[in-house]
Order: sequence, then C-alpha cells, then structure tokens
Amino acid sequence: MRTPAGAISVERYQGAVAEGRFRRLWNANAPGYLFLLPWLIGFFGLTLGPALISLYLSFTDFDMLRSPGWVGAANYVRIATADPKFSAAMHVTLTYVVLSVPFKLTFALLVAMALNRGVRGLPIYRAIFYLPSLLGGSVAIAVLWRQLFASDGLVNAALATVGIEGPSWISHPSYSIYTLVALSVWQFGSPMIIFLAGLRQIPQDMYEAASLDGASKFRQFYKITLPLLTPVIFFNAVVQTIDAFKAFTPAFIISGGTGGPINSTLFYTLYLYQEAFGNFRMGYASALAWILVLIIAVFTAFSFLTSRYWVHYDD
Amino acid sequence: MTEMMTVTAPKPPSDINKRSLPGSIILHVMLIIASIAMVYPLLWMVSASVRPQDEIFSSTSLIPSSVDFSSYVRGWFGLDISFGRFFWNSLVISVLTVTGNVVACSLAAYAFARLRFTGRNFWFAIMLGTLMIPYHVTLIPQYVLFLNLGWVNTILPLVVPKFLASDAFFIFLMVQFFRGIPRELDEAAMMDGCSAFRIYWKIMLPLSLPVLATAAIFSFIWTWDDFFGPLIYLNDMNTYTIQLGLRTFVDSTSASDWSGLFAMSTLTLVPVFFFFLFFQRLLIEGIATTGMKR
Repeated sequence: MRTPAGAISVERYQGAVAEGRFRRLWNANAPGYLFLLPWLIGFFGLTLGPALISLYLSFTDFDMLRSPGWVGAANYVRIATADPKFSAAMHVTLTYVVLSVPFKLTFALLVAMALNRGVRGLPIYRAIFYLPSLLGGSVAIAVLWRQLFASDGLVNAALATVGIEGPSWISHPSYSIYTLVALSVWQFGSPMIIFLAGLRQIPQDMYEAASLDGASKFRQFYKITLPLLTPVIFFNAVVQTIDAFKAFTPAFIISGGTGGPINSTLFYTLYLYQEAFGNFRMGYASALAWILVLIIAVFTAFSFLTSRYWVHYDD
Repeated sequence: MTEMMTVTAPKPPSDINKRSLPGSIILHVMLIIASIAMVYPLLWMVSASVRPQDEIFSSTSLIPSSVDFSSYVRGWFGLDISFGRFFWNSLVISVLTVTGNVVACSLAAYAFARLRFTGRNFWFAIMLGTLMIPYHVTLIPQYVLFLNLGWVNTILPLVVPKFLASDAFFIFLMVQFFRGIPRELDEAAMMDGCSAFRIYWKIMLPLSLPVLATAAIFSFIWTWDDFFGPLIYLNDMNTYTIQLGLRTFVDSTSASDWSGLFAMSTLTLVPVFFFFLFFQRLLIEGIATTGMKR
C-alpha cells in the first residue's frame, strides 16, 4: 500500500480510529458497569451460576459425599411416578394455596372497602389490620399459633365457653392444615393496603353518576368497583399465590420440622428442605426445586394469558 | 406489572359516602370488633408471658390474676446460651444486611436509572427477571459453595450476598424513586464536571432518603424475621439468631415453661414492633406504591 508522503498511514489511521473508538466506548460504558459491578458479580456468582449448576445437579444423584453421578431423568421420573411424599406435599401445598389466597384476598378487599368509606380514624384501623402482616413471618407468631390451636389452647378454651368441645387442631391430620390457612388469612394486611390504594384511584364521580341513575350499592360494586379494581386484584392474586407456594416457617415450627401429623402440613418447601438438608439427597432436592419453578412459571404464565379476558386496563 | 400499582396522593374521602349517624356507628362497631379480633392473639401472648404458669391454659382473658416478670429472666437463661447472645447475633446480621442492601442496591439502581451504557435495558430486564426466580433454585449450589469456602457456621453466607445486591427487589424500588428526581439536577452537575460517583453521592443519595429508609427498614425486618437462611447456615448454637434460639427453646425440654417461651417470643417481636410504631407511614407507603407482599 502506497502512502503519500506526509500523510499518516492507513494502518496508523485505522489504529487511531480503533483506539479512539475503544476509548469512546470505555468512557461511555465504564461508569455504568462500575456501578453495576457488585450486582453483576452477584448475578453471575450467586444466581445464574448456581441456577445452572442446580439444573445439572437435578440430573444427578449428588449427596455431598461423592461427586455427582449422572442419572438422567431418573429424579424427575421418580418425582412424577413413585414418590408418595411428593404427592402428599403437592396436595398439602395446593390445598393451602387454594384456601388461603381467596380467603385472604376477600377479607383484604372487604376491609379495604369498609375503610374506604371515609371512616374516621382510618390510619389507626389500617395500622391495626396491618400489624399481623408485619409480624406474621416470625417464629414467635408460629409458636403462638401452635399454642392457640393446641388441644388445651386459647381457641378451644373460647369454644368451651359456648359449650363446644374443639378437637386438637394441630395434632389432627384433617385439621392441621386449616390452622396454617388461618394464620395466612390473619395476615391480610398488606393486600388490604394495596386494595385501599387501588380503591382511591377510582374516580368518585363515577359513583355519583351511578347513584343519580339509581344504581344500587351492590350494582355499583359489581359494575364499577370490581371491574376497575381488577388490575389490583390480579396483582395481589399473583403475588400472594407465588408467596403461598413458597411458605415454609409456619409449617416447620408448627410441625416441629416433620410436616406431620401424617404429612398433613408437609409444605412443598418443607419437603425440599428435608430432602436436601435432612437426607442430603441434593440431586433429588434440586429436581424438586426445578419442579417448583416450573409450577410457579406455568401458574404465572397462565394468569397473564387469562388476564386479558378479565382484567380491565384503563388505557 | 408493578407500574400500575403506583398511586397518586391519597384523596380525601368524598362527601358521597357521608353516612347517617347510625350507619357510621355500626361501621365503627364492626371495625372495632374486627380490630380486637386481629390483635387479640398478640395481646394474649404478652399477657401469657407474665401470667402464673397454671393460668395460661385455663384463661381466655387478657388480664392475669397476678403479674410476674420472672418468666423473662427464666426464658433469657432458659438455654445453655443466653438469649443475649442470640439477640446480638441477629443484630449484627441485620445491621450488616441493611448496610449491604442500601449500598449495593443504590449503586446498581443509580446505574439503571441515570447512566447511559450499552446493554443497560438488557441488564435491567435480567434484573427484573431475577425477582421472579424462587431462591430454592440457587439454594443447593450456593450451600455447596459456601460450605467449600468454609463459611458455614459464620454469618458470611447471610451477609456477603447482600453486598452483591442479591435482594434485587430493592434495586427496583430505588430505580423507581431515582427516576422521579429531576434530571436537571445531575445534568447541571455534569456540566460543571462532576463525576458520576460524586453525583450519586452528593445529589442522588441525599435526595433519596425516603426510599433508602424504606429499603433499610424492610430489609431489617425481613432479616430479623428470617428463619430459613440461619436454619441452613448456622448449626453452632453460639452463632444462632433469635429465630433459631426461639425454635430451639420450643423443642427443648423447657418447652413446658410456657410463660418463659412467650416472654422470649414477645421480646423477639419488640424491634419489629418498634419499627411499626415509628415508621408506619414509610412502611404503608412502601407497600401501597410497590405492592410488597408484607
């Protein structure tokens, strides 16, 4: 390549351009990536990496003693066909989800609507109803619950005053799950706060117009409140359902870590914990974890797909 | 999904709902009954903690026949290691977690909200995606990793991830807030030759105290109440948090000491209750605007 005297060579020119481009790229991107660095390290080292490893482990018989041996889909096959404890855990967890979420949301909505009617002392009521939500996740509350529903606990003492002899809620396999449902429903405070925020977004003139047209309160609820609140209902339902699938502490404390009596409080996460840290079947527990992800993913996708038929977005 | 949760300032209740006096009284009576039912178990627990042992199971009332605080002393020393140790451990973990969350999440949030760089939207989408992943998926490899690092039975597995912004929810919370701060402020500072870090430190953080406080309080409460993490990583009683201590107390032979158990249960709730009393507005706004689950 001939270069006219006095001009810079094409190579040097291109080099300078490349260097300039690199410098520009560096100057434009370095600050952003520097700020993001802790999160990026965490994402690769603690989220993406472990997730991929756990996917691999779910196809092995890893037990912490020997290095993982490939077993193909055996873990998944066993989960699907030959694990009565998995079926029990699924049954308990689904029962819990199906009972606790609708009751919790119904309570939350009813109380939010009562509070939204211009009640005096709203902040006090709201705070009282919210308190159980804030405290509910702790071991202390689970301990309290265990006592409340014991055979000689507070609930039965209260029932006795009206002449009913209550069963031993906690240690009876048919009732124990309901004590956990009750514990969850008791914590309706945070969805209630979200409902309250949503209710305040509904323009009051809609109700005014409706009542001028002679619409009853019930009709107003059915035709105005409910449709306009569907985005909030949808949000609460998705969040609470995912949360219910992941519930752990209350079942662990109330059953003493066993999931008993007769697996009646064997929450999915409790079973996963037992397999991983009780029996050290890490490969099997990894498969259980991925099944949980799958269940939550399918549920979420299903909710979003059906949402367009019933969730009303105002735009 | 969360954007729709953003609310405008609460409107004062309209007159259309102004009700008759009897209607208003009925509503209040119902709400008061419901409130009592909600807090009754909590009050009962506090009263059970100072009640004579033989009265705990026989009485549904809140007023004990005699008040006896010795259960607090008995409970405190009810295990081989006193609850003082557990409280200290919980406090250390919680304070470090709060620090880690506030520092690491605000750094990342600043990058997402303000800095322009290639791939920003991609990483932001990834970050939102991690919010959906249940932690069970990363649990086992993380455990193996920390075990090999020799971190089991130390607080490191519980604390170090927070300095790597592992609670991505708070990043999201802060991004939302940072976006609301007028851009003119940092653009003017940039014109004056301020570095990105100085803008973050001198402009963004001071203007973001409400969201930093919300993140700090929620992460304190969640860490204080956390049971699963300590259950897995802390097996030596010297390292137990109060939640583990309480659980051991339930399982131990001293479980027949009900008033001692309720005394310690009450004590573990005190810090959370303190935050509830003094920062209620922040907590409730945090939930109303972002849809946090508790």
